[in-house]
Amino acid sequence: MNAVFYLLAAITIAGGLAAILLKHLIHAALAVTVAFGGIALLFLQLDAQFVGFAQFLVYIGAVAILIVFAILLTHGAELPREGVFSKSWITALIIAAGVFAVTGWAVLQSVDAVPQRNTVPAVSVHDIGNALVGRYVLPLEIVGLLLTAATIGAVIVAMLEKERSR
Amino acid sequence: MTAFPSPLVGYLLVAAVLFAIGLAGALVRRNAIIVLIGIELMLNSANLNLIAFWRFGPHPEALTGMMFAILSIAVAAAEAAVGLGLIISIYRHTNTAELDKINRLKG
Repeated sequence: MNAVFYLLAAITIAGGLAAILLKHLIHAALAVTVAFGGIALLFLQLDAQFVGFAQFLVYIGAVAILIVFAILLTHGAELPREGVFSKSWITALIIAAGVFAVTGWAVLQSVDAVPQRNTVPAVSVHDIGNALVGRYVLPLEIVGLLLTAATIGAVIVAMLEKERSR
Repeated sequence: MTAFPSPLVGYLLVAAVLFAIGLAGALVRRNAIIVLIGIELMLNSANLNLIAFWRFGPHPEALTGMMFAILSIAVAAAEAAVGLGLIISIYRHTNTAELDKINRLKG
């Protein structure tokens, strides 16, 4: 179990690092797809099969394609002459390192306090469906409303310019 | 067997590394699409924390952490759609997706 965890963690972190370091946007989009896949496999490793496959469908199937389409529509394949990193990159790196130091320190400090239960939770997709339309029906409805509003909003935002210039 | 005191700590550390990488990407890069990718990485690391706590915490049959993760994946997908729509709209307006060239509020 541990070798698999280390392998998946290495794949995920390497994909994330490559996504923010690679110069070409298409390469970055492919690298972030690897990171999404690594996280989905980590979910499967954590016995959360439903969320793992939802991650595969939503992130690798939809978000990665959306990112590639946005690169295509903004001519992102051309490299800018001024370089891909911002001028204040040192400050940004210090902020990110500081955030990691604080979260890592907090995790390592609370080693004794974290729960240690190690039995595999017996949860089936049937239970998840029942919970979604039972106890968690209000959040489900709100997310449905949010998705509808966001889809319509995204279409309107991306369409408006065209109508105005006509 | 493991180098970590408990498996949960390993997952939390991976999530912390991913969050820092996403934050660095969102702050360091000039292209708006990479900034969005960084934000997606941060959301994913938060989901990893939720699922890890669900797996190792008490009462997994209550499904709280898993429901949070499912709903957060849906919200992240909506956010990605709106964010990329905004980037495309800004690109049509200013002919660039480089964030330091988009420096005026006037349309």
